[in-house]
Amino acid sequence: MTRDLVSLVQVVAVALGGLLLTGLMAKVRARAEGRVGPPISQPLREVAKRLHRESPRATAGRAQGMVPTILVVTTAVAAGLVPLAGLQTAGRSGADALVVVFLLLTGSLSLAAGGLATATAFGGMGASRAMALSALAEPALLVALAALAVPAGSLSLPVLLAHGLSAPIAMVSPSHVLAVLALLIVVIAETGRLPVDNPSTHLELTMIHEAMTLEYGGRDLALVTLGAAMRLGLLLALVGTLAVPWGLATSSSPLALAGGFVMVGVKSTVLAVVIALVEVHSAKLRLFRVPELLAAAFVVASLAVLVGVVAR
Amino acid sequence: MTGVAGAVIDLAAVAVLVVGIAGLWRRDLRALVGLLRIQGVALALVAAATAATQHDVGLGVTAVLVVAVKAGVVPTLLGRVARSDPGARESAPLINVPSSLVLAAALVGLAVIVGAPLHALEPGRAAALAPLGLATVLAGYLLLVTRRRALSQVVGLLVIDNGVALMTFLLTAGVPLIVELGGSLDVLLVVVVLRALLGTMRSRLGNVALDELRELHD
Repeated sequence: MTRDLVSLVQVVAVALGGLLLTGLMAKVRARAEGRVGPPISQPLREVAKRLHRESPRATAGRAQGMVPTILVVTTAVAAGLVPLAGLQTAGRSGADALVVVFLLLTGSLSLAAGGLATATAFGGMGASRAMALSALAEPALLVALAALAVPAGSLSLPVLLAHGLSAPIAMVSPSHVLAVLALLIVVIAETGRLPVDNPSTHLELTMIHEAMTLEYGGRDLALVTLGAAMRLGLLLALVGTLAVPWGLATSSSPLALAGGFVMVGVKSTVLAVVIALVEVHSAKLRLFRVPELLAAAFVVASLAVLVGVVAR
Repeated sequence: MTGVAGAVIDLAAVAVLVVGIAGLWRRDLRALVGLLRIQGVALALVAAATAATQHDVGLGVTAVLVVAVKAGVVPTLLGRVARSDPGARESAPLINVPSSLVLAAALVGLAVIVGAPLHALEPGRAAALAPLGLATVLAGYLLLVTRRRALSQVVGLLVIDNGVALMTFLLTAGVPLIVELGGSLDVLLVVVVLRALLGTMRSRLGNVALDELRELHD
């Protein structure tokens, strides 16, 4: 019962937190550039406003209408499975890291399919770019997770995190540091932040995520925005937890769980602020240079595995 | 081996390798020289931490020497060459950047497999990391054979030298001071000569893309 409740709260926290983190990152960027910027709650308000509107759709097919739902539901399931606040969540057999990866991948695949379903030039272009980058980011992500799984000998997230909690010195091991670095690069690519994609422009030459969602409006757009924000919140919280598992509740007492939620909020906020500050000082990479960045992430992840095996 | 020094050796040894591979990633020649400086500092950290665990004064002196030469004098000399030609980039390496990065990952795997018996020579945590030195040497060779600019080839040569030094620190806890001194001076001499050569080549030809040097000039 407690497990189910924790998972439910996690889903809600990831949804609200993701939207607030998106707003926070925009705010931090604006402040660093000397502007006032929109309030942090701006994405939340926009989603709330659009949820009441009807959705104009580009074509008669049903595919476009299904996409926002699939995106939000897969991300919500992943957010419920992953141990963010406490080690025990609704996944009885233990949340396997690969399940989480493929749930998120299902979401991005459906978004790309939706981009194609609108039958516009931009939708197709965005979908092809997103899939190309995703195909390059996925190997790096899987290898980095494998590197984190080497010390614990298991890809199950609760087992892996429990092992991390029991051996704090492992957090400064080279293998761990490299794996977290690779994960960060992959998260930046998967959530469409600079230098891979610029979330604040609609420039046809460069846009990736925005190109796929151009033809959405009303409730559909609200759900797509919510899905993208949940993805950001979930990935930041997950990377923060994997990097520094301190603060995870090992028992199911309400106090420990509340502490766990506060800690995961702090970790993802810190990560979000750091990413936003780095974004201020970086320019978007040319699309043809992005494979180099992702190849670097793959190499760093492979090094993490090899070093982990060598130094064991 | 104490915990902190062991962790420092681990991290610094991996940093030497990562920086060596990052050399394959960056195109900007000045960034390449900066990477070389970081690699020198990481190498000196390995030496210093090893010296601290073994209470070896000679190795401590070597660490200071490594900082002075590999993180100080050599990058500064090369940095002058890079600055004299601002905007110089490794625009068209023989193997493109993503492929050479993946190739580097494969080379690291090869080094780990080939270097596994090294651990049997000297059991110990530091010696287990010796394949990383081998991998740095291989990454340096890759940089040396796939880049066209003279300066990046010099950087490749120095990465190889740093890899060899890393292996000596990890496996034998450093060679005698006099040998290290000789090696460092050797490298310094090579860099001074190459720097002079690069300067002359640029003033005569205006360009140091080695592939374009096909015929003899008067």
